[in-house]
Amino acid sequence: MKIHLPKNETSKGLMKAPNRPNFLRRIWQQLRAYPLIPTFILLVLLVFPALTAEWLAPHDPTLGVFSDRRQPPIFFGGTWEYPLGTDRMGRDILSRIMYGARVSLSISLVGIFVGGLIGVSLGMLAGYFRGWIDTIVMRLVEISLALPAILLALVLAAATGPSFQTIIIVVAFVLWALYARQVRGEVLSIRERDFVARARVAGASEFRIMVRHILPNVANTVIVLATLQVGSVIVLEATLSFLGLGIPRPTPAWGLMVADGRQLIVSAWWISFFPGLAITLTVFSLNLLGDWLRDRMDPKQVNV
Amino acid sequence: MQRYLLRRVFASLITLLAISVVVFGLSRLSGNPVDALLPDNATPAEAEVLIKEWGLDQPLHVQYWAFISNAVQGDLGNSLKWPGETALGLVWQRLPATLQLGGFAILVSTLIAIPVGVLAAVHKGSWFDSLGKLIALFGQAIPPFWLGIVLIWGFAVYWKIFPTSGRGGLGHMVLPAIAMGWFQVAALMRLTRSAMLEVLDNEYIKAARLKGVAEWRVIWVHALRNASITPLTYFGVIVGYIFTGSVVIETVFAWPGTGLLAIEAIRARDYPVVQAVVLTFAVVFILSNLIVDVLYAVVDPRIRFK
Repeated sequence: MKIHLPKNETSKGLMKAPNRPNFLRRIWQQLRAYPLIPTFILLVLLVFPALTAEWLAPHDPTLGVFSDRRQPPIFFGGTWEYPLGTDRMGRDILSRIMYGARVSLSISLVGIFVGGLIGVSLGMLAGYFRGWIDTIVMRLVEISLALPAILLALVLAAATGPSFQTIIIVVAFVLWALYARQVRGEVLSIRERDFVARARVAGASEFRIMVRHILPNVANTVIVLATLQVGSVIVLEATLSFLGLGIPRPTPAWGLMVADGRQLIVSAWWISFFPGLAITLTVFSLNLLGDWLRDRMDPKQVNV
Repeated sequence: MQRYLLRRVFASLITLLAISVVVFGLSRLSGNPVDALLPDNATPAEAEVLIKEWGLDQPLHVQYWAFISNAVQGDLGNSLKWPGETALGLVWQRLPATLQLGGFAILVSTLIAIPVGVLAAVHKGSWFDSLGKLIALFGQAIPPFWLGIVLIWGFAVYWKIFPTSGRGGLGHMVLPAIAMGWFQVAALMRLTRSAMLEVLDNEYIKAARLKGVAEWRVIWVHALRNASITPLTYFGVIVGYIFTGSVVIETVFAWPGTGLLAIEAIRARDYPVVQAVVLTFAVVFILSNLIVDVLYAVVDPRIRFK
């Protein structure tokens, strides 16, 4: 065991009171620890538009003005009428991005909730009861991690056609295994702790022990895992929609908008560019925020 | 080692079997399979032929048995959109293009990621290291399909350095390979960096330096040789992801490979072809995971006795 002394710690230095950082500096340090910029980007790009698109979006997201099609954005010779330009059918790109935020947000929330619910339940059962339940659940986890999301989406879209449900199923299928694996691992150690034995002695049922005593102890992990996954779920949804395997037209989804502009990249680059930029900035911020939350709430490593 | 190998092969087969059940089940259980299997403008006579050919009037387990025993013999049915072609035959025709692009993408991303990772570890905390970290963070945030479109816009439309799409010479491969490998570069770079940092701390590195070995030799020969174990075992994962990623990248760049075939087949509602592509990809993915497991066991003897 080594003892680390500050560099300038001489016998003289030890006598002096340590320099306390002044008030402003302390605030600055607090701010630096909190990921302010990513949070701001997220609010502006994802949460705020998703909640207020109806009132704030300047135009209808699905109704185009034919005479105004392929208008350039404001800083490339466009007008304030369409700040980010219009697409092939004269629909306002800014409005579509705002409504698209709602699609991204709702799909990631619903998908993560469904996947998390299945994964946490199965993970708790496997970790708590062990035995054959554990064997089956872990084998299913292995299988589902071995099947890439895109492949499942291909099969589903081919069999049933693309829809909101298709994406939710794909997202839940990809996510549940991660939750189940992580939660099972933690429950395995939590169930051996004293408070669980005491609850059992006090006559609590197995169900009560799991929900009231063990669940709160895995809550932190689940929250961190969920935050870290919002970003990848948004990319997954956008990718599926881009390929035509996800959200059907004409719903404004970011991935679909990128696909719409693909053929027009020579004459109207902005149709693809801005929705993609929205995805990138949102996911970038979510990843930063998730990393920060992981360091903050969960000292143990969460594997994603 | 043999027992470990046997166990892994068995687990892989179980996984493959489960995937075949999913692929089979989705085609049969989601509503009327005749609707899912036939294009919209099919006549009742065609439906009759299909029902006979696929045995759709039989019980499910009989149907699955017929499906799986045909599949094992390499028969996944005939294409509905491309007459006279078998589903698996189409996949085999398109596979070389996917392998070519995927191989090139892996080569390029390795040639970029390993040196950058090594330099980031050697100059830990420098601006170069921070730049690497930033690239890795963005690498995980940029969706590959959008990156592909932006690359086309910049390097093919605006500067006209590379062709926009299609298969051809080396120039045709540069942009798709970058779009495909970008995410992998980010992951591989971070892996190499952390592996190098660990190795550089070792006594034998100090011994080599004290012996008077040139610094570049210490880093690129002595250290890298040991640090490359972790990234090496990661390659199986990369191969799997490159394959499934080909669905996206080949669509963006109109690259005539297996991934584009899957999308074309979905648009034409050609279920047998989709099935063939998915099963082929699943085999590749599972095989590369198996190779990783074996490589790990070769490198780290402790795993064999788990």
